[in-house]
Amino acid sequence: MDLSYGAEYESFRAQVRDFIAKHKADAPRGGGLRDTKTLAWQRMLIEHGYAARTIPKEYGGYGAKPDILEARIIAEEFAAARVSPGLGGQGISMLVPTLLELGSEEQKKQFIAPTLRGEMVWCQGYSEPNAGSDLASLRTKAVLDGDDWVVNGQKIWTSTAQYADWIFCLVRTEPDAPKHQGISFLLFSMKTPGIEVRPLVTMTGDATFNEVFFTDVRVPKQQIVGKRGEGWFVANSILRHERGSLGDPNATLTRFNALVELMKQETVDGRRLIDDPVLRDRLMRIQGRVMALRANDLRLLSARVNNQNALLAGMIVKLEGTELRHDLEGLAIDVLGEIGTLYGDTPYLKEGGSWQAQYMFFLGLIIGGGTSQIQKNIISERGLGLPKEPKFDKRQEA
Amino acid sequence: MEFGLSSDQQMLKESVDKFLADRASLAHARDYAANKIERDDALRGGLAELGVCGLVIDEAHGGVGLSLVDAALVSESLGYAIATAPFVASSVMAPLALMRGGTDALRQSWLPKVAAGEAVIGAAVSELAGGARERAAVQAIGGKLSGRALFAFDAPADAYLVATEAAHLYLVVAGAKGFTEVPLTTIDKTRPVRELVFDGTPAEYLPGSDDGELLEMVLDAGRVMLAADTLGAAQNMLDQAVAYAKEREQFNRKIGSFQAVKHLCAEMAAGLEPCRAMVWYAAFALDALPGEAHLHACHTKAHLTEVGKFVAKTATEVHGGMGFTDLLGLHYWFKRIGLNRQLLGSPERLREEAARAQSLVA
Repeated sequence: MDLSYGAEYESFRAQVRDFIAKHKADAPRGGGLRDTKTLAWQRMLIEHGYAARTIPKEYGGYGAKPDILEARIIAEEFAAARVSPGLGGQGISMLVPTLLELGSEEQKKQFIAPTLRGEMVWCQGYSEPNAGSDLASLRTKAVLDGDDWVVNGQKIWTSTAQYADWIFCLVRTEPDAPKHQGISFLLFSMKTPGIEVRPLVTMTGDATFNEVFFTDVRVPKQQIVGKRGEGWFVANSILRHERGSLGDPNATLTRFNALVELMKQETVDGRRLIDDPVLRDRLMRIQGRVMALRANDLRLLSARVNNQNALLAGMIVKLEGTELRHDLEGLAIDVLGEIGTLYGDTPYLKEGGSWQAQYMFFLGLIIGGGTSQIQKNIISERGLGLPKEPKFDKRQEA
Repeated sequence: MEFGLSSDQQMLKESVDKFLADRASLAHARDYAANKIERDDALRGGLAELGVCGLVIDEAHGGVGLSLVDAALVSESLGYAIATAPFVASSVMAPLALMRGGTDALRQSWLPKVAAGEAVIGAAVSELAGGARERAAVQAIGGKLSGRALFAFDAPADAYLVATEAAHLYLVVAGAKGFTEVPLTTIDKTRPVRELVFDGTPAEYLPGSDDGELLEMVLDAGRVMLAADTLGAAQNMLDQAVAYAKEREQFNRKIGSFQAVKHLCAEMAAGLEPCRAMVWYAAFALDALPGEAHLHACHTKAHLTEVGKFVAKTATEVHGGMGFTDLLGLHYWFKRIGLNRQLLGSPERLREEAARAQSLVA
């Protein structure tokens, strides 16, 4: 056991701190995806290797060799300084790794650099009204007509569709093939005629998602990643990535610390909330769960650094992490009582209503990115080796 | 950076697991319970040969001198195998207390014998760790002990580490003048506990226990070891449940193919897997991160206890009616987890202690 990163990495940490101290005045605070300040900050981060660090230089990245601890240090220091770590989003976190692995040389050249710089914003067209957990049964179809795919159908849960320049989209191109083998992965501009975006308001009151409708959308036939019918394989290389990142226990720790402060400051009947032994026990119970997942996270980090296998420890993160975060936000509401129900522009609101907003948002994350029930299927079947549920699939039976 | 088991640690765990798989089966635990052997000298002798009895005792006193992470791994294995052998008090708490707070004479006379498996030291610290019940308390007057201590474990022992009301530690030889032991029958048939009664009983004071810090460290080490024991016992119950769900058929299907059953297994695994790293961290903190050790020990024991209780119930349910019978013997693990939950502090008490350690209690 050795929890230190070593002298070499601590000097790297000092460099990162130095950069942040010198430049943090230039960092955007909130603001939109297209703001000049946001885009200038992103370019500066890439230039110094704090964003797009391991993406090859020829595709617009910084070109460092992958190093898990360096990446971790950068994340830790930007979070500690509360300075924007640059742009994220589905284009940068999901499409770029996919293109690097499976894209053509032309696609890499055309798409990666502007995506990294924040000049090309993407949305993800996967889920459909009838293809949620069973994503592979998606029905949006694309038919080849001359040199174009002609796309018809509907997507849902499409975040950032209202801002996006482009979409990476799963479509059915081989209607007679088994369902997993009939899907292709297309890239096309959101300005293409025949696309309609409608905002989807969620329980939080925000329209963070959209529905997207396609009517005879024409997509040049070379804008496909991988071959016809390989879209499921292409998409899965990124879905695995998304699952691991939801429910990060380090972000949960930050919220836990905020909850402790809340309970020290707020009172009921003139008594601090933290001085109520029942509420305090609930707080401590949450802390035990946070500690367990933080230790698990440390184990996963170590396993990646040392090339070891920690399969089950990784599989449980999304399930346990999102459920824990939802419970934590819910405890903050409970300790505030009626005050905890305030939401929107109103007197006595605490922290801008973030406890309610996050409580609801994390219920969304329990469902999104593979529901808790799907996670349990994965853990029990791939992690514990239990037999699969017998499948009733018309296409496979035929 | 390495937060995982070294190859030496993996080898240690494998050798202990293999020995226990051969020697400490369910049938063995049944014999032990039925024959009321109480002192399982054969099993303890075998463990001593592997170095388990003297694992954390320094080499100068006949031990192996390993860390508390190693001890936690062994404790996990013992819980997995429902081993009928002393460990938490005899091989961890008492040796730590003697090494860090005892006199040279005490160390010389006890540590080599414990390491060799020739002597067992129990712990009578319940009143200080979990609170005094039934008006139990031990006082020291002029170097002699009087009073009662409940739930002394790793019994029956040759000597006991005893905590007094003043949070001082003493070593008492079983059979000393004015010393009596009363067996207490708990649900757990794999580890006997006793009430100790003192009436002007001569005892050796551990001078290093003067300020109460030694007691806290010894209790924390015991808590992490019990958490590890629960981790092992719960992992065994999960393994049995998964194996059963793969074999058992109803409605012409393996029951493990039903989501109602497989989700129970997934919930157990999802709860238990992070506990492994949590126990490593708490044990490592005891050795290397003194500022965090107490907080992590309290939380780790409390959290493992909650997850262990959930697994004990759920794994039994996966077995259906068979889980409720004595035929399968699952209840041996269920009850071991049940005793661990209460020993050295209930989860509520430990969470309150964790809050106090962070100055959250006014």
